[in-house]
Amino acid sequence: MRFLAFSTRNRKELLRDPISLIFGIGLPVLLLLVISLIERSVSGMAEIFSIENFAPGIAMFSLSFIALFSGMLLANDRSSSFLARLFASPLAASDYLLGYSLPLLPIALVQSAVCFITAFFLGLSVSVNVLLTILVLIPVAILFIGIGLLLGSIFSNKQVSPICSIVVQVAALSSGMWFDLHQIGGAFKAVCYALPFAHAVDLAKITLAGGGFTAIYPHLLWVAGYAAVIFALAVRAFKKRMKA
Amino acid sequence: MLNAVEVNNLTKRFKGRTAVDSLNFSIKKGEFFALLGQNGAGKTTTIRLLCCLLTPTSGDAVLLGDSIIENPTAVKQKLNVSPQETAVAPNLSVKENLELIAAIYGSNKQEAEVKANKMLTALGLSERARDKAKTLSGGMQRRLSIAMALISDPQIIFLDEPTIGLDVRARRELWKLIRELKGKITIILTTHYLEEAEALADKIGIMHYGKIRMLGSLDQIKEATGQKTLEDAFFMLTEKEVE
Ligand SMILES: Nc1ncnc2c1ncn2[C@@H]1O[C@H](COP(=O)(O)OP(=O)(O)O)[C@@H](O)[C@H]1O
Ligand SMILES: [Mg+2]
Repeated sequence: MRFLAFSTRNRKELLRDPISLIFGIGLPVLLLLVISLIERSVSGMAEIFSIENFAPGIAMFSLSFIALFSGMLLANDRSSSFLARLFASPLAASDYLLGYSLPLLPIALVQSAVCFITAFFLGLSVSVNVLLTILVLIPVAILFIGIGLLLGSIFSNKQVSPICSIVVQVAALSSGMWFDLHQIGGAFKAVCYALPFAHAVDLAKITLAGGGFTAIYPHLLWVAGYAAVIFALAVRAFKKRMKA
Repeated sequence: MLNAVEVNNLTKRFKGRTAVDSLNFSIKKGEFFALLGQNGAGKTTTIRLLCCLLTPTSGDAVLLGDSIIENPTAVKQKLNVSPQETAVAPNLSVKENLELIAAIYGSNKQEAEVKANKMLTALGLSERARDKAKTLSGGMQRRLSIAMALISDPQIIFLDEPTIGLDVRARRELWKLIRELKGKITIILTTHYLEEAEALADKIGIMHYGKIRMLGSLDQIKEATGQKTLEDAFFMLTEKEVE
């Protein structure tokens, strides 16, 4: 249970330096507000910008900032000798990765909740599907935690934040939240659906619309598969760092 | 078992450069050992090897009966280290930093708090207990770093250049504190300050280009080199080789 002490420390570290948290929660909400207000005043906007379609996209976008949180936390610890000191302790690699991941899960839940509560004010109907959507977004959050840990294990603290910004951009652009991938089709669609982010948004959209397990299952599998592979890579990269 | 540390042909090579070159020495239980050498001599690399933070290229070391290669987890439980760069969690308070390390070494919440309070008093940090570590002065951070190394009740403690960059007064105060540990646990300290090794150590190893050039008490080193001061002996031993 040593990882619990470490995870408590990470929770404090994240919450006591909350600028990036505020940014990661605030920016998506702002986008949701702006786009929804535009959608109301301009007629003929694409269907993807209706609140039932756009809110799930924003929820995924919001979670993508978690890669930045976990990546920066780890890379900053690596840049100081603090982590070297812990590497001399009996903590195992799994203790570290659990310790970094756990405090981010409640933050992810708050992000999703804030996103959907904002959406309620913009006309999203209140239903149990929203709760289910927040649940199925948990694997998406785990995916982004893993991406951050992988990048934070490989890159320095100066490199991590620009690289994570790229991840956030790629996630948004390939997710289908800004344009309908099925209309574009072709190679672009194929690439987007090879990546996990469009699946993450579809997963959330379908759940929000009340789709059952058979409908979400392929998307869930795709996201979970990516999360598992990326976590495995993160463990490897981190172990390598432990024994330089 | 009399020896806390037994080092056998310990070697570490980084891409062509041999940072630690077949070291052989032993440190008795309760002894205060100083590894003295200029920047780049290989002191930190030696410490990192002994703390299982680096895998040796060849050779081994046995710490209180456990090999750093075969049983690093057992070794890690017995030692603690205050790294060369100050290593504290910046956004945690002084007390939280201490409790964190205690918990990581296996204390439960209550035990961790008791130990933290003990350390705060022992190291004169009580007044700053609630302040965030990042607000402390350099000397105080170093003090906290040492307290964090002590809180796990290690049998062997490594202090890597504990007074580097401190002003004279802060250094004196740290010396006093380190001296109080003498005899209670095995201490391995690295330094490039001659007077620090002279003031504190029972046994000094003079390290140069990855090798230990001379090993012994202050008097033994002076006698063997025929020099009157440690400084003269140090220069005599480290002068010649230029690589
Ligand atoms: N990770 C590393 N990769 C390559 N060279 C290294 C590494 N760590 C240390 N060295 C080299 O090993 C030598 C000894 O370094 P170090 O042990 O830090 O010396 P000291 O602590 O005595 O100043 C130096 O020449 C240093 O450049
Ligand atoms: Mg050094």
